Amino acid sequence: MPSLGASRTKHAPWLLSTPALAVFVSMLLTPLVLTGLLSFYAFDSQRGLTDTLTLANYLEVFTDGYYLEIFGRTAAMALLVTLVCIVIGVPETVILSRMQGRWRGIFLLVILAPLLISVVVRTLGWSILLGTQGLINNALIAIGVLDEPLRMLFTFSGMVIALVHVMVPFMVLSVWASIQKLDPQVEQAGLSLGASRATTFVRVILPQLLPGILSGSIIIFALTASAFATPALIGGRRLKVAATAAYDEFLSTLNWPLGATIAVVLLVANVVVIAGCNRWVERRFRSVFES
Amino acid sequence: MQRNGPLALIFHTLFLAFILAPLVIVVVVSFTDKGYISMPTDGLSLRWYRAIFEARELTDAFLFSAKLGIAASCCAMVLAIPAALALTRYRFRGRGVLLAFFMSPLMIPQVVLGAAFLRFFNIAGLSGSFFWLMLTHVIVIVPYAMRMVIAAATGMNREIENAGLSLGASPLTVFRRITLPMLMAGIMGGWMLSFIQSFDELTMTIFVATPGTMTLPVAMYNHIAHTIDPLVTSVSAVLIFGTVILTLLLERLVGLEKVLIGRG
Repeated sequence: MPSLGASRTKHAPWLLSTPALAVFVSMLLTPLVLTGLLSFYAFDSQRGLTDTLTLANYLEVFTDGYYLEIFGRTAAMALLVTLVCIVIGVPETVILSRMQGRWRGIFLLVILAPLLISVVVRTLGWSILLGTQGLINNALIAIGVLDEPLRMLFTFSGMVIALVHVMVPFMVLSVWASIQKLDPQVEQAGLSLGASRATTFVRVILPQLLPGILSGSIIIFALTASAFATPALIGGRRLKVAATAAYDEFLSTLNWPLGATIAVVLLVANVVVIAGCNRWVERRFRSVFES
Repeated sequence: MQRNGPLALIFHTLFLAFILAPLVIVVVVSFTDKGYISMPTDGLSLRWYRAIFEARELTDAFLFSAKLGIAASCCAMVLAIPAALALTRYRFRGRGVLLAFFMSPLMIPQVVLGAAFLRFFNIAGLSGSFFWLMLTHVIVIVPYAMRMVIAAATGMNREIENAGLSLGASPLTVFRRITLPMLMAGIMGGWMLSFIQSFDELTMTIFVATPGTMTLPVAMYNHIAHTIDPLVTSVSAVLIFGTVILTLLLERLVGLEKVLIGRG
């Protein structure tokens, strides 16, 4: 602001940020550091936390087949959910973009609004739909596709279906953002130069949507890998993933150091995947324009 | 742009059915008159909506969540507005780091935040306190609040503020009478988005909620993990209706696309 002196301008942004910064340092940084430290404490089932510092928790998480299976399942789940979201979310967004203005707005609202509805509510809906007495089973039996109910609740596929429902709006959202930048005349040019509709889509439109697809995928992968409510309620006790395993260590088994270790591994993996993919996308993006 | 073919429209219909199915089934089942999950084949009944008022643990949790959400989003706005103005109006060393720090709760899995807050509360002896639980929600929602204010402040015309200053108004008056009203749509949108995020938060809160500080999502999660009865469907239906109303308000106020872009 013009009336402020140079020294006040220098300090002003820090003064304005101080309240938020103070809360973040004391309520975010401190707890995270404490949890990081917790993962190096030894745990004794009789005495609980001991004072010995150790790498045993990390050794256990990285060598014990039980935890490797959990992290493997988490990664497989996140990858599959991301792929399904690409396969159904991208075409849907393209279809939306070809609709007339008013319908487009209404449908976009219908697809995006569930993002704001509690995950517990949406997961409850899937538990009811997927149960052995649920709507899907009853319908399939009624039309004669099935003889007896299919077990979908407490299965990996049930978990993936419900998670796709939770995550697919993010794909629509980020592909929508890159469709808005699309120039319709480029598509016309492709068509008028004799390319078929399919060729035009694959060779002209899809490459331009790639940045949106990739950024949507990064968000979905990261959120699915750390999802808790849906795997807990649809996957159940036996199909544990990283988030439910950490929860159980903290609140059932009470082995806090091990729970903290799982949390740290999840956090580091998350940050590495997000940052790594972002960097890759940026590099790839640049080479598209340079070539 | 090309028109959609019949195949595209079939795909579109199936996609919408997939998106709406779990929400519709919850609302439909909530009108049953049976004591178990079933379709309301013998006519609609409000039995399970009346039952909400007798389920003290759920109504208490609802009121607690509403109180928590209001307090946390007000507190988040108070912290976010000055910080967002600092980040949009000044170019200073450490600006990028500061912005990344304020946005970092979006990158950290909520289980990790939950574990971290549980450990922190345990060491500091803060479990069961409304105030400290509210601060954990503030951390989770500040990124949403700040992003909305930053978006509003970035597109703002500074000439009017300068006019106010040159006409002799004090910086505080200019802030109160010009800056704040011009940011109001962004602030209200940010507040509502923050409230929804806080009200729906489950994964982090489930680590630190105690019987005395039980939020609605945690109470519902515990209920569903134990048993699924029509009572949770009627509570869920009320939440769906409430969210739809808030969503339409948000759409009117700032546009849903803008609210949600980059979220996650």
